[in-house]
Formats: sequence, structure tokens, C-alpha cells
Amino acid sequence: MGQTLFDKIWDAHVVSSNEGFPDILYIDTHFIHEVTSPQAFDGLRNRGLPVFRPKQTVATADHNVPTIDQHLPIKEELSRYQVDMLTKNCKEFGIELYGLGHPFQGIVHVIGPELGITRPGGTYVCGDSHTSTHGAFGAIAFGIGTSQVEQVMATQCLLQSRPKRMKIEVNGKLHKGVGAKDIILYIISQISAAGGTGYAVEYAGHTIRSLSMEGRMTICNMSIEMGARCGLIAPDETTIEYVKGREFAPKGEEWDKAVAYWKTLYSDADAQFDEVLSFKAEDIEPMITYGTNPGMGIGVTQHVPETASFEAKEQGSYKKALEYMGLHDDEQLLGKPIDYVFIGSCTNSRIEDLRQVAEFVKGKHKADNVTVWVVPGSKQVQEQAIREGLDKIFDAAGFPLREPGCSACLGMNEDKIPAGKYCVSTSNRNFEGRQGPNSRTFLASPLTAAASAITGKVTDIRTFLKEEELVS
Amino acid sequence: MATKIFKHIQTSVVPLPIENIDTDQIIPARFLKATTREGFGNNLFRDWRFDENDNPKEDFVLNHPTFSGKVLVAGKNFGCGSSREHAAWAIADYGFDAVVSSFFADIFKGNALNNGLLPVQVSDDFLKKIFDAVYADHKAEIEIDLEKQLIIISATGEQESFEINPYKKACLINGYDDIDYILSKKELIQQFENSAL
Repeated sequence: MGQTLFDKIWDAHVVSSNEGFPDILYIDTHFIHEVTSPQAFDGLRNRGLPVFRPKQTVATADHNVPTIDQHLPIKEELSRYQVDMLTKNCKEFGIELYGLGHPFQGIVHVIGPELGITRPGGTYVCGDSHTSTHGAFGAIAFGIGTSQVEQVMATQCLLQSRPKRMKIEVNGKLHKGVGAKDIILYIISQISAAGGTGYAVEYAGHTIRSLSMEGRMTICNMSIEMGARCGLIAPDETTIEYVKGREFAPKGEEWDKAVAYWKTLYSDADAQFDEVLSFKAEDIEPMITYGTNPGMGIGVTQHVPETASFEAKEQGSYKKALEYMGLHDDEQLLGKPIDYVFIGSCTNSRIEDLRQVAEFVKGKHKADNVTVWVVPGSKQVQEQAIREGLDKIFDAAGFPLREPGCSACLGMNEDKIPAGKYCVSTSNRNFEGRQGPNSRTFLASPLTAAASAITGKVTDIRTFLKEEELVS
Repeated sequence: MATKIFKHIQTSVVPLPIENIDTDQIIPARFLKATTREGFGNNLFRDWRFDENDNPKEDFVLNHPTFSGKVLVAGKNFGCGSSREHAAWAIADYGFDAVVSSFFADIFKGNALNNGLLPVQVSDDFLKKIFDAVYADHKAEIEIDLEKQLIIISATGEQESFEINPYKKACLINGYDDIDYILSKKELIQQFENSAL
């Protein structure tokens, strides 16, 4: 019987498999950042151990970094301490750090792919749940806790049980104005925030294949939001083209050898999945979330569900979510005034996201009631945006381009949404307090976020597309 | 570093019948700036437990005078969201030895097991029975026997068995540690690197 893509990669990385024990899985690259690593470094010190393979460990500072005046010392004392600690630890243990000021600095899940570190067929882990992003290259990539960060530092391996395999197929043609973010928000709304728990999810089908690498990363990034261990997409010409020529991508003969291997990375036609789900691209509208987990999403023209439509035992949690969001049963979000728009995070801060937003806002201006933050995912994305003149378009539109970091996705730096305020956010989570204590988050695509910034209220991007089509 | 040992407990419980409790609720991001593993219990469920002036919210169960115990009982899909192990540290640091739910997020489950905090996954029915028992009598006790993989409601004697990976069970009972285990296979790792890389 054939093998799934996931099993091919997993089997190629098993160091030891013993009955009754999880497998010992070899990790090609370990990404680390300042938040989930300090206790792991302490653990190594306590055990008197070095980092086993420091050259396969890549460090950056992202969660705590300010997004303005990055050349100045970090003002917030605890943030500065945590970033300084990473610098000190990396120095002591011989790890390359792309810290503040380094041309490669950025969100860990943005820099791995753009530097050519993330490649098809590899295994990648990081103490951050959105490590699933790297699966877009046809790799096994997942988030781990700090004890496991210590484990990988100490051994370059991870003790892991093989998850079940799920295939999610999306076929058909997307409507205009609907993109990768809408696809994944739609899938999660259909299967719930726990629908993928225990699974490695392979995304397949023509609609997925037609996406750019940036779009594929957006999809895989949010695999964790349905509870999946990881998400992955078989590599193809789009993948190979993206990796080619990047800083750390293989070169010359190594490249040819690598590409030959990557071409073997697909699920065999007769491979068995534990679960297969299919969705139609035509059913997907621009999406928006109304609740306090990413599964609570609707098409932007739809209404918030009625409490009575849920099972009795779920109604309490549902009411609590609506109360937190300041919404009521059957309310339509379309037209609801908003206060902030955040375009950024490891989900939607890549150059393609910024280009798409810039193209849309060119010649327009944000509404007075809205504050807009555009936060690039990396120093390289920021510089590319400036080279392409996107920063000028953003400035003219009242969308200032900031400096790279995780920013208002989780507000570990100064970028927090104030209590009670509504934010249309391209990030990945709408949990209570996620963007700041008592902040209220509507998750959406970069286009929906940009359109909402222009009108000052939750907006269906398609209304603009119609107007613009008429004009042209 | 040895894992905390867990074998058997009998205790009253703290009920939190909310579904999809994410790790941002268990420990909000602004408290992740500490660089040691200690002290996170003070900020466990911070924004549900305290108002903006740091006064305890009376209606939150951790501030309720009659609910207490070594086990947190929560609605399904507990621990979803961020991989932050700080969530498991906060729960353990606060004084819980186990969390019972009808469904756990994968990463949280792994983090809990690595910190001697036992995640006990029960059926929706059994979870309801625990909530019923504890709302009928706030001091109602449950018993968790890891060796037999059983959870028992003491007052009614109702019980259910629960699953746990045999290796992780042995780790909890004996205080083993994953790193010691993997390092005992160091030669295999080097062999793997020589052949595969």
C-alpha cells in the first residue's frame, strides 16, 4: 500500500522506534525565540549539557520587539531583559542569532522560509504553535513546549508519537476577493477549533495547488487553530521556484540532488488517510470571525448564530463569547464600526500580503475612526516593501509601515488593542485578551482588513471590487 | 531533571465548565516575560480571576470560598491555542496535580505530562457526572489512580478508565525524563546523522 507524504517524511527521520515508546524523531532545524527558550537554556546548564547541534539551531527575537525605533534600546524592561537573555544564551551556546538590527531578523515563521532554511522533506520545530507554517513546503513542522525545546537542544531529536493523518481537499475556483486566509478560516469554521486535534493534515486539491507559497503558508500556519499537530502541502514547481536562489538554499549539484528528492514527496495514489474531508472553493465567501476562538467564523455577509442553535451544554460558553465580544444573537457584523486594523503576524505579514494591501489602498485613505498598523514579518519584507515603494502608498493611505515583529498578534510588545475596542486583524487568534486585555478581535484576510480600514467598519471587499471593475 | 512523580490522588475538585479554554486564558501573554519556571501560579487565569485593578472577581471559581482541591475539571478542548508551556507551569504552580476534561489539545497534553501534571481525558458523560457531583456537594471528591488508569467519583462510586501512553505513564510513576531516555540512544542519533545527512 502506498504511503502518505507525512509518513514518507516521518519515516526518513526516525532514529529509533521501540514498541511501547514514542519514536525518536530527528529534527533538521530547530527555530528558537526569546519567549520559550530561557528555561530550556537553564535546563541545559543544570544538566551540564551543550546544545547538541548548534549549527542546526536558528534564533531570532520576535515576540517582544518594538515595531518603531528598533535602533533604540527596548523601553519595556522585562521585554528588554528577555531579548538580552536570548543574546547571552546564544553567545554562550554558539547559536547564530538574527536579533534586532540584523538584516535577517523577523518573525521566526517568516524568516525560515524566506532564507531558504525551510525546505521540502525536512523536520522543523519551534517553541511556538505556528511552526505548522513551514509545512507549506512539504515538511513536517510543529510547535513544541519548552521542555521539548530543551530536549531538541540537548539531542537534536524529539520523542514523538506519530499522529493520525487527515487529508483536506479544496477544489474549484475561488470567488474574486477570496484568498488563502478565507479558505482556512472557512475550513476551521466548518470543523471547529478542535476538529483537527490528533492529526497531521495534508491540504490537497486544485484550489490549494493554485495558491502561491505565501498563500500556502497562511493555510498551514492556521492548522493549529483547528487543533492539528501540523499541516503540510506536497511540494511542486511553485515550491521549488520559491526556494531556488534563497540565502541558505542548496546550490549547484546539491540543488539538483535536493530537487530530485523533493519530486518524490507526495502522497501515493493509494495512500490511506484516517480521515478525508472535501470542500468546494465556490462555497467560500470572504470570512470574518465573531467569537473568541478561530472556529467561530462566518461569511462576512452572514449573521452571528443564535444561541439556541447550539447544544444545551455549549450554550454557556457561546453566550460568554458573545458577551465578551459585545455582540448579540443574529447580529450582522457587516457595517459594524471598528477602531483598529492590524495587518501583520506570521499568518499575513509576507511581501505578497503587503503588495495585495498596497494595491488595494492605493489612492484611498483610511477612515478617521480607525488606527491602522502594518507590521512586516521580517526586516527583509520591510526592505523589499520600501524598495517597491509600498511604504509611500501606505503612508498616503494612513497605513504607516512599521518595523518587523509579532506585534499586536499577541501584544507582548507595546502594540496592544485597548480594552473594549474592535480590531479587524489578519492574525490567527481571537482569544479573549489576545491582542490586549479585553480587546475584541475580528479575524479576516488582508483584503477584508484593508477594506474595513478604508470604510471604518466591517466591509465586504467584493463591494469595492465591483466598483473598481465598473471604473476600469 | 526528574519529572514530578504522580501515582494516585483523592481530592475535591475545582469545576470550570467552559469549552475551548485556550492557553491565552490560562496564562495571558503579558506574563510570559519571566525567564524561570516558577511563580506562574499567581497569574493563572489572570483576566478571569482579577479585574483591571487586581481585585479578585468574586464570581470566578478560583475565588469561590467553597471550591478547592488538587484537580481542575474543565470543558472540552482544554489547552488549545499557543504552545506556551507556561500554561502547564501555571496550573501546576497554583497547586493542581491533574486536569480533567473530555478533550485536550495535543501540545498542552504533552506539556502537562512533561511537568508531572496529569491530563485525564474522560467521556462527555463522565465529565457531566463530575460536574453534577461537585455542584450537588462542593466538597465532593474524586480519585485518580494512574497505575490502574481509573478515575472514580468517590460519593457515587462511578468510575471510568482513561488512556495514557504507556511510556509517559512510566515516566510519571517513576519520575523519568525524556532527555535521559533520548541521550541513552546518543549512538543511534550519531549513526542516523552519518547515514542520512
